[in-house]
Amino acid sequence: MSAPTDTAPRPPAVTSVTARRIAWDRRRRALARFWREYRKDRDGMIGLVVLVLMIAVALAAPLLASSRGLNVTLATYPVNAGPGWHYPLGTDADGRSVLTELIWGSRISLLIGFAATLLSMVIGAVIGIVAGHFGTLNSWFGRQSDNVLMRVTDWFLVVPFLPLAIVLARTLGPSLHVIIIVIGITSWPGTARIIRAQALAVETRPYLERARALGAGHWHQMSKHVLPNVMPLLLANTILTVAGTILSETTLSFLGLGDPTRASWGEMLNNAFNNGVGTGNALWLITPGVAIIVVVMGFTLVGHAMEAVLNPRLRER
Amino acid sequence: MALLELRDLAVSYRTVQGPVPAVRGVSLAVDAGQTLGLAGESGCGKSTIAASILRLLPASATVTGEILFKGENVLRMSWGKLRAVRWAGASIIFQGAMHSLNPVQRIGKQIAEPILLHAPDVTPGAARRRVGSLLSQVGLPAGRADSYPHELSGGQKQRVMIAMALACEPNLIIADEPTTALDVMIQAQVLNLIGDLVSQTGVGMIMISHDLSVLSATCERLAVMYAGRIVEEGPAHEVFTGARHPYAEALAWAFPIIGDKRTRLHPRGLPGDPPDPARLPDGCTFHPRCAVALPQCSTRQVELWTAGQGRQAACVRVLPDFADETVGESGPSAAAQHGGSIAESVASEAGQHGGSIAESVASEASQTGEAVA
Amino acid sequence: MAGAMLEGALAAAQELRGEEAGAARGGAGLARNLGIKIGSAIVTLFFVLVFNFFLFRVLPADPARNLARGTTLTATQMAAINKTYGLGLPLPAQFWNYLVQTFHGNLGISFEYHIGVSQVIGSALWPTILLVGTSTVLSTVIGVWIGIRGGWNRGSTFDKTSTAINNTLYAMPDFWLGMVLLIVFASKWFIFPEGGMHSFGGGGTGLAGINDLLWHLTLPCIVLTLVYLAEYSLVMRSSLIDELGSDYLLTARAKGLRDAMVRRRHAVPNALLPSITLIMLNLGFVISGAITTETVFSWPGLGLLSYNALNFPDYPVLEGAFLLFSAAVIAANLIADLLLTVLDPRVRQA
Repeated sequence: MSAPTDTAPRPPAVTSVTARRIAWDRRRRALARFWREYRKDRDGMIGLVVLVLMIAVALAAPLLASSRGLNVTLATYPVNAGPGWHYPLGTDADGRSVLTELIWGSRISLLIGFAATLLSMVIGAVIGIVAGHFGTLNSWFGRQSDNVLMRVTDWFLVVPFLPLAIVLARTLGPSLHVIIIVIGITSWPGTARIIRAQALAVETRPYLERARALGAGHWHQMSKHVLPNVMPLLLANTILTVAGTILSETTLSFLGLGDPTRASWGEMLNNAFNNGVGTGNALWLITPGVAIIVVVMGFTLVGHAMEAVLNPRLRER
Repeated sequence: MALLELRDLAVSYRTVQGPVPAVRGVSLAVDAGQTLGLAGESGCGKSTIAASILRLLPASATVTGEILFKGENVLRMSWGKLRAVRWAGASIIFQGAMHSLNPVQRIGKQIAEPILLHAPDVTPGAARRRVGSLLSQVGLPAGRADSYPHELSGGQKQRVMIAMALACEPNLIIADEPTTALDVMIQAQVLNLIGDLVSQTGVGMIMISHDLSVLSATCERLAVMYAGRIVEEGPAHEVFTGARHPYAEALAWAFPIIGDKRTRLHPRGLPGDPPDPARLPDGCTFHPRCAVALPQCSTRQVELWTAGQGRQAACVRVLPDFADETVGESGPSAAAQHGGSIAESVASEAGQHGGSIAESVASEASQTGEAVA
Repeated sequence: MAGAMLEGALAAAQELRGEEAGAARGGAGLARNLGIKIGSAIVTLFFVLVFNFFLFRVLPADPARNLARGTTLTATQMAAINKTYGLGLPLPAQFWNYLVQTFHGNLGISFEYHIGVSQVIGSALWPTILLVGTSTVLSTVIGVWIGIRGGWNRGSTFDKTSTAINNTLYAMPDFWLGMVLLIVFASKWFIFPEGGMHSFGGGGTGLAGINDLLWHLTLPCIVLTLVYLAEYSLVMRSSLIDELGSDYLLTARAKGLRDAMVRRRHAVPNALLPSITLIMLNLGFVISGAITTETVFSWPGLGLLSYNALNFPDYPVLEGAFLLFSAAVIAANLIADLLLTVLDPRVRQA
């Protein structure tokens, strides 16, 4: 984007205007335009507000509830009881406040969701861009590398997610890192395909031809031209993927593959299921589920709104 | 009684920016057995008119005026009556036949569908035989009925559309750009086919195109539209060779005529783009692009006015009082007496323009490098 | 999870159609097309076998101990495991052994049940097929119906309501829905059983037995149906909306067809193609996706079997189940491919 042939007029009096500055100005304007369009999407705004609130709760957890409330040995409340003054959402089978667990659980659920998504996006974007970039090269090596990468992607696409994640988590042992890695390396193929398709479209644009003619290397082409152009789509896809990874985390934790010392919402559901929730405090089961639905829907609404702004054809939906 | 008569038809689309007019007061008539050509650039409202005749416009469209089909107002018909008129009374050959056929249904079934719908006593066997004869009428083997649309070429699909339009022996056929997206050779074949069928069956037809030369070759009368209005109307040959409205003339000159030296030596174009329907210019909507515009054109909107025997044009130059303002010539037929092209009238009457429109338009076109589409 | 899966499946379906069209244009024969598809399914299956082998035999530092984690082993038991799995041999020989054994249907001996894994899996197969089959039929029929109704009258009250409900169901963990239903209908109201497939003592024979089975089937079936019907109706709705602007629908209206006939004869057959392909592709995932639902309702299918094997841990069973789940996805892919070939004339014509 900051190629030396940039035709933007450069007033001689102002020396501080550089190609980089011009590029940043353009990006800022694009962002402002995006925000103007996004604001019109009512569902997208609702989702955004929900997410901001949820993230605020997760960040402010130490202020909202003491982490001592999570310690089983310090729990003093009645066991599996309905709402009371000190525990507005009742207690669990260990006598801990469900509200405290819920607030602290949001940290773990969101952390795993974001971290796994980040991993998945990095893998998906790298594979998608590399396959798209080399796939357009008119050489045997280019076609073959695209072919191989897409074969691998296809294969990850058909491997059933849940059993694979279970087997991986089981062989690697239960911990936060393992859960993140397992979800990350099983959820990238969709992204890789979408990014490859977009990269293929970008590759045919004139500015890439210009960059090639000027002798830009593969790395420069991919990082300076292809990546910035697939970025908006990648971001929308990221938001949608977070919704998926949070649900995945919930499922794996429910099956007992999560880290028991750092309880997420899925872990809470696992505890509730295994400790006879049916006979006691129903809120112990209901509230984590509702929290998951709200967060997942929040991400979905924001993701769809972003997609609609980026791809006007979808807006009619 | 005319087969189809449009009286002051107006269509506007509701959009987020407010209503946008697509058709602004059009009156037309087609008699049985007559062929009317409707010409204009894309976006001038000609396809909207085609769709409005069978009330096929989207829900966002507001239609006013009258559409009289065999004397009955289509806009006031009950749904049942309207469905009966659709295809059995008037059928449409849509533009872009590749998308107008259902991709997952055999073409025989698609042609037979309206037959079975409008004549419930027809047996499936009889319908199949009718499909066969319709296909051979348009020059396709009857066995093609078992094909799917993707198995046919563009020209073949267009033939299928024509066969389908004839299926219920309608009184009126509306052909909406029937030859767009076809090769020149195929275009000629399809046009000849349509011409033959019209003369054989005696149906009325409205043919819509942006190509005035095509229309002048196939139609008896021509109507030229600009920005939702008819700007010139008359016998096809006369409009094509001696247009009275500068836009109609520019459109006639936009297509070179093979063997005609003038069109070859003076490539012609029209500068600028058609106006945005949401922001139409004041006065005559064509004046910003008009090479012979007068000061009054930017404020004065001219209705269709008699411009010769069976001809009408909406230009200030055909008005009876036009001569008064410029060179003092008077009389209601002053402009009409010239008979020839506007080019001549401008050259003689308004010498300050220095030459014919032909030249001035050509020079302007070469400056801007734009040609009329 | 469901979202990413759908996204992936959609991409695959699109790719599929693209490739098909390309093949058709290229003039490749139908038989050759079929051969390529079956061949690629076999290659994928081979990949799964390699992966399975590495995951269970090579990745763990001490496979024998890993294969028996959680149980104390005597030296003779260790030796037995080493012998059964041929763990002392060099890798290629081990892999060859593994391939041969797998093709003979010998998936090892279950640690928990002490019988052949194929036998264990075989007995869990039919409850899963019953549950997944019933719920897939229900969710497809209801989901497609809702999708058509909502998509055709886009923006109507029905459309807005159903889309909102679908989006909520889509964001809902299926096992959570299962637990809520279980508490309400089984623990509080005693309308449906707490779980399992039969009442104690078998639930009777003949009609009474079938009744008992259906009574147990209801809740898990409702859960799976609701979760997937949300997905399917969203898919059907958007593919119908994709068709709405099509020119051939205008032709159909111009012909004088009633609105309902335009929808039934022209719009729906076109919109169904991508939806059916997607539902079929998804079916492979539903079988393994039922793990959580089967666990919640103690439904004695492959899912519950995997869950128990996971906690025991019964590695040979887990390995066998994983192989079967993967094979199900590959088979579903192949069937979706063939189905599209049968249904879509543009693909069928070679």
